[in-house]
Amino acid sequence: MEKIKSSSQLEHYRESIVHKRDVGKKVIRLCNTGCRGRGSSKVAEALENQVREANLDDKVTIKKTGCHGFCQIGSVMVIEPGNILYQKVKPKDVPEILSETIVKGEVLDRLLYRDPKSGEKIRREADIPFYQHQSKTVSHNTGKIDPTDIEDYLAPGGYGALDKALTTMKPMGIIETVEASGLRGRGGGGFPAGRKWRSCREAPGIIKYVIANGDEGDPGAFMDRSLMEGDPHSIIEGMIIGAYAIGAHEGFVYVRDEYPIAVEHLSKAIKQAESLGLLGEDILGTGFDFTIRIITGAGAFVCGESTALMNSLEGRVGEPRAKYVHTVESGLWDRPSTLNNVETWANVPLIINRGAQWYADTGTDTSKGTKIFSLVGKVRNTGLVEVPMGINLSEIIFDIGGGIKRDKKFKAVQTGGPSGGCIPMNKIDMPVDYDSLKQLGAIMGSGGMIVMDENNCMVDTAKYFINFLMYESCGKCVPCREGLKQMHEILSNICEGHGQEGDLELLQKLASFMVDASLCALGGTAPNPVLSTISYFRDEYEAHIFDKKCRAGVCRNLFDYYIDEKLCNGCTLCRVKCPEEAISGEKKKPHVIDEEKCIRCGICFSLCKKEAVLVK
Amino acid sequence: MMVTLTIDGQIIHVERHTPIIEAAKQLGISIPTLCHHEGLQPFGSCRLCIVEAFRGNRSKLVTSCNYPAEEGLTVLTASDRVLETRKMVMELLLARCPDVPGIRRLAEKMGVEAVGFKKKGDQWCILCGLCVRACEQMVGVSAISFASRGIEREVKTPFGMESDVCIGCGTCTYICPTGCIEMTGDPGPPGHRVMDMGDLALGSCSNNHDCETCDIDQGFLDKMKRAIESVRL
Repeated sequence: MEKIKSSSQLEHYRESIVHKRDVGKKVIRLCNTGCRGRGSSKVAEALENQVREANLDDKVTIKKTGCHGFCQIGSVMVIEPGNILYQKVKPKDVPEILSETIVKGEVLDRLLYRDPKSGEKIRREADIPFYQHQSKTVSHNTGKIDPTDIEDYLAPGGYGALDKALTTMKPMGIIETVEASGLRGRGGGGFPAGRKWRSCREAPGIIKYVIANGDEGDPGAFMDRSLMEGDPHSIIEGMIIGAYAIGAHEGFVYVRDEYPIAVEHLSKAIKQAESLGLLGEDILGTGFDFTIRIITGAGAFVCGESTALMNSLEGRVGEPRAKYVHTVESGLWDRPSTLNNVETWANVPLIINRGAQWYADTGTDTSKGTKIFSLVGKVRNTGLVEVPMGINLSEIIFDIGGGIKRDKKFKAVQTGGPSGGCIPMNKIDMPVDYDSLKQLGAIMGSGGMIVMDENNCMVDTAKYFINFLMYESCGKCVPCREGLKQMHEILSNICEGHGQEGDLELLQKLASFMVDASLCALGGTAPNPVLSTISYFRDEYEAHIFDKKCRAGVCRNLFDYYIDEKLCNGCTLCRVKCPEEAISGEKKKPHVIDEEKCIRCGICFSLCKKEAVLVK
Repeated sequence: MMVTLTIDGQIIHVERHTPIIEAAKQLGISIPTLCHHEGLQPFGSCRLCIVEAFRGNRSKLVTSCNYPAEEGLTVLTASDRVLETRKMVMELLLARCPDVPGIRRLAEKMGVEAVGFKKKGDQWCILCGLCVRACEQMVGVSAISFASRGIEREVKTPFGMESDVCIGCGTCTYICPTGCIEMTGDPGPPGHRVMDMGDLALGSCSNNHDCETCDIDQGFLDKMKRAIESVRL
């Protein structure tokens, strides 16, 4: 491949890509990343084989894209023109899709999404409520383009921001633009990106580095993964622009090894960009050199912390450094380094293309732009959502998420990953931005959002996250390592029914000590799940400690199941499935649970279609 | 460049970026620590040397072993906030190692009477990392390192196997503040020593136990022993 040496050559190349595309052809966009978990690879294989066999090559292009976001209904397929979305596509659906939709242009009603609220089938992707309330900006390419084909990224204007930055802007101008945009770090801390870049540029030193943090470790979070898998070039383009602004010539992407598709797609993207002269020496003929290497991490949660990540990059044990000097001055190999989350980098080309003002027009006073969240838990529509900063939590959970599964009562939403906090019902009209979330005792984190209903016990939830952190902290400093161990012990005791007066005070004392004395931000934020649940759900803790009751029905020593005889229709399902033979009753007559025999495994509770099994 | 700072009301001029703990020492103010050693890079793991650093009206807790001296900095080494924090560190360490005399003495000295935490350990190692860093930075062999993370963190030889780079110098034994690395005679060839710390097996001699031709400078080892002992707990 001939290297592109100027703006005009880039434009020419882009035109040639667009020109050779057949506009009359239909396009099938099939998720081939997240939906692989639901067998989309098999669907893709069937599509490719059958298109070949039926000689439909001139009628349809199959595009294996990144994540469409609506993971609940995977495998997701969208057919253009028409924006027709087919849900839960299986390989057996492929012949009909090809013969009806591709050849005849008929829409297959049975594969359309049905809106649970109105009960109506929705034909267009854009009309589905889950997508209607979103504003896909950073993730506008994921699900649309083939991430393994640089031409797909180039065609709608990709690398245009790089061209603009390198040929028409000065490094300081780029930094000023990013500063004016108000972009803040998407990895969790929310530090202003432009200010970080400026400090790094001004730090003394000839060799500087830029690093992309793709070590997404929060349980249930996958937005960075989706970007790396579905639109790797946007991250690369952002990094090149950042490197030019800072004065760096080497960059690293730190990806966890558990993300093999991300590693594969990023590697391909880097190779393709190099072969076109968009990476490497003399980029676009401007004389600017920049290379990117991918480093895979071994999957430690703590390696997402900036100094631990740099230690790991250097080949050392991935634990945070005890240093009071910023990494922008002394980071990787003690040289000035700019570390940003992959989502932060992916925002950069948008800002350069459309200007700081355009970017700053979205969001709140202190948090600009949009943010991708992974919406999971007890919500009807799970998946990745991108929304403007400042949107209400309730809009995300009820309008986009479609409310709580099985019409249960919403209890809390946990934001920000393990060191985030739980936000209760009476606070969900608060806007989602860095400062409001912090004020609520939670954090933005990298954007995880776990929705919980009345059947989630908040003490158990706090225990779950503390347990995660206890094993995933590095174990270097005493407050975090020993503090988490003791916190977990206290919480376990409460959940087992051995809680005592003074436990809550001890938890709070330990928590504020950990915030004060821990070595890194992991330890400093680790008590958040405990502090936020105590502050919003104190009554639940007290019920555990004093009444020895877990009303959510989670802590097995602290509740009993019973069957409401008015609701029970005597279907016998619970009796048949009970592993302890603790349930008795005749057919079509109310059943009874023997509390002595019951081990509270919850099988009857989750099986009962009448919801007659209740917690007391 | 020299800077002026105030520690507990006393003014001192030191080279910029001198660790607070060193500056305080020059004033005769002693700050407790379990993981800091003058001969080693600061590590900041025990958090016992925490002090309160003021910039204007705002203050924060920092570890004095690695917090750099800056012009105009005001430091309190024994404010209520500092003492409370240190007590909590000791309480947690005492819960981890209730039987270690050094830890018990220090806890008593700092006014920690009873431990409020239920979870009690039986460890002797406080994971201060002095042995690991001494082996790497002083001896230069890195026979031991940290393994695992979180509450499973421990000091180990690679893969828990007998080290083939340990020179048996005993530095780790001398520097350990809790005495959890024992140096024992070995039933094997003469001159072969074994450090015992649970499963930690150190002891292979790089010179095949041929002490006559050994190029390890005995004077160096003696000097190191004296240096370490002079700053021990």
